[in-house]
Amino acid sequence: MLLKLTRINEYFLMAWDALRTHKLRSLLTTLGILIGVTTIITIWTTIQGLNEYVYGQLSGLGASTVYVEKFPWVITDNYFELRNRKEVTYNEYEEIEEFATLADAVSPVVSARKKLSYGKEKYEDIRVFGTDDEYAVIGNTFPEVGRFLTVLDIQNNHKVVVLGKDIASNLFKEENPIGRRIKIDADKYSVIGILEKKGSVFGQNMDDYAYVPIGTFRRVYGGHQGIRIAVMANNPDNLEDLKDQLRGIMRRVRKVKPADEDNFAINQQDMLTNLYAQLTGTLFMIVFVIGGISLLVGGIGIMNIMLVSVTERTREIGIRKAIGAKRRNVLSQFLIEAIMVSSLGGLIGIILGFIAGTFILGMMDLTIGVSVSAIAIGFGFSTFVGVLAGFYPAYKASNLNPIESLRYE
Amino acid sequence: MLIEIKDLSKTYILGEIEVPALKETNINIEKNEYVSIMGPSGSGKSTLMNILGCLDVPTGGDYILNNQNVSSLTDDQLAEIRNKEIGFVFQTFNLLPRADALHNVELPLIYNGTPRIKRREMAREALEKVGLADRADHKPNELSGGQRQRVAIARALINKPSIILADEPTGNLDSKTGEEIMKIFSDLHAAGHTIILVTHEEYIANHSKRTIRLLDGYVQSDTMN
Ligand SMILES: Nc1ncnc2c1ncn2[C@@H]1O[C@H](COP(=O)(O)OP(=O)(O)OP(=O)(O)O)[C@@H](O)[C@H]1O
Ligand SMILES: [Mg+2]
Repeated sequence: MLLKLTRINEYFLMAWDALRTHKLRSLLTTLGILIGVTTIITIWTTIQGLNEYVYGQLSGLGASTVYVEKFPWVITDNYFELRNRKEVTYNEYEEIEEFATLADAVSPVVSARKKLSYGKEKYEDIRVFGTDDEYAVIGNTFPEVGRFLTVLDIQNNHKVVVLGKDIASNLFKEENPIGRRIKIDADKYSVIGILEKKGSVFGQNMDDYAYVPIGTFRRVYGGHQGIRIAVMANNPDNLEDLKDQLRGIMRRVRKVKPADEDNFAINQQDMLTNLYAQLTGTLFMIVFVIGGISLLVGGIGIMNIMLVSVTERTREIGIRKAIGAKRRNVLSQFLIEAIMVSSLGGLIGIILGFIAGTFILGMMDLTIGVSVSAIAIGFGFSTFVGVLAGFYPAYKASNLNPIESLRYE
Repeated sequence: MLIEIKDLSKTYILGEIEVPALKETNINIEKNEYVSIMGPSGSGKSTLMNILGCLDVPTGGDYILNNQNVSSLTDDQLAEIRNKEIGFVFQTFNLLPRADALHNVELPLIYNGTPRIKRREMAREALEKVGLADRADHKPNELSGGQRQRVAIARALINKPSIILADEPTGNLDSKTGEEIMKIFSDLHAAGHTIILVTHEEYIANHSKRTIRLLDGYVQSDTMN
């Protein structure tokens, strides 16, 4: 065994002693490691903070819902070709509603920005959705008071509206909004429900949304506008089958020739998840290359200084050998010294990295999580570099001849 | 027999030139002898001492220490002998400059795995034996030459070695301090230690019981005092 446990702390004491005697030199020695680890930890913790946020937001889109739309969310094809596509129509929604047997809920969705007003209170630039009753489950739009759109509202094209929490509190202050009539642009609608607070997704305040029956929307604002069709699978495991089914229906309705590509998109939350993972994956690669290079440079720096140190301390090595230090004792002493310098840099790097990560995430209003993996990575890498960089100098020291070392001036 | 050297030789090779430092030397030394080695500069005294102390290896012949042929031992085994069997005292002290006296004295114990508390205790005792108990926390540069050599002797003693080897231990000291150091060696001899020391001074050699004189790598004479 290279190191007896009773002895290993002796080497740490020796190393600590050597480091203390040359404080500035030790710090400069480990500067490369320090910078490398700081870089890695900063980006690592920042990405982790972002991940938590982004995945949290994306999961709000619903894992088992797909959207039939004109454009894909992630555009990899030529955009100009995509622009010539037909809009998704209400007729196509009806086909899907009828034939998509794997769907639990199918809703047409169309939206526009409108002005809402009640008496003197005005609320500009509100996203008004035209949809149907099934959207309640798809969009998680549950009323806090009153009700969401019902089948009757849809069939009869009632002029009713369900308001997001923030709209309601802005327009109505103290008053109970249910049953009141508000204006969307020039048309009057009865308020039938107020939604639970939903928060925001990617900076969009979901409590600033209003919902009216799709038929009403189309009658008032015209039916020419393209829609999208939200479809929720009856079983999350069937998502791929559902997508195939939807594709089949759409191709049939649009009479797409077998050889031609789809002229519509079926979008899904995991497209965004994948895109994000790809982006961060690339970023990770870049960071590891940069961090790796500075660790390499840092390692070379440590090896260099350790070689100088071994030469400077030739007499010390001679003395230790003369009184009974074996090769492995000298090897361990210098190896542990190199590891200690390196991991000291790593340790400072971890701390600086966390501070920088906290700062960067703080600017985005996000909080950092102290991650064990980041600490392990920082510590692991710096220790590893210490072993690699320290081995050759330590080996050289251990091989010195005792009598020649004692004579060394 | 504690030490037996048979036809021992050591030749240094400097590029093309061979420098014979010891030539077919034969010496036997018993346990608890007190031997001084004398001879002119360059006669091979230090070369012999380094081989006796297992710091260097001969180029010919055999060195038998405690019935064990040292020539056949590995590096690690030699280190173990240096640690346990031999206490070396150098002319230039060879103390670790950054460590205090106590740490310098306990150093050999680190390499045989003695626990810390026990080590400190033994080092204190050894410092006491050489009359330096009150200087335990002084660094070498805070000590006089004589005191440094006492620290070195305490270090040499700490593992209760079979042999104490001293290469011109008083060479860097004035004669009064030299006498004090020699008193310590006489005490150690009286306490049962085997002592071999190199010196240029007759009055130093007179402390020993036997004098071996070297000349050009040969034993010129070997006499009891
Ligand atoms: N490392 C070496 N390389 C080459 N020659 C050496 C080496 N060490 C000693 N010698 C030579 O060996 C011979 C004996 O040297 P040694 O040091 O044993 O002499 P010494 O008797 O101790 O002398 P002094 O009284 O001056 O210390 C000398 O001629 C010296 O030049
Ligand atoms: Mg000499």
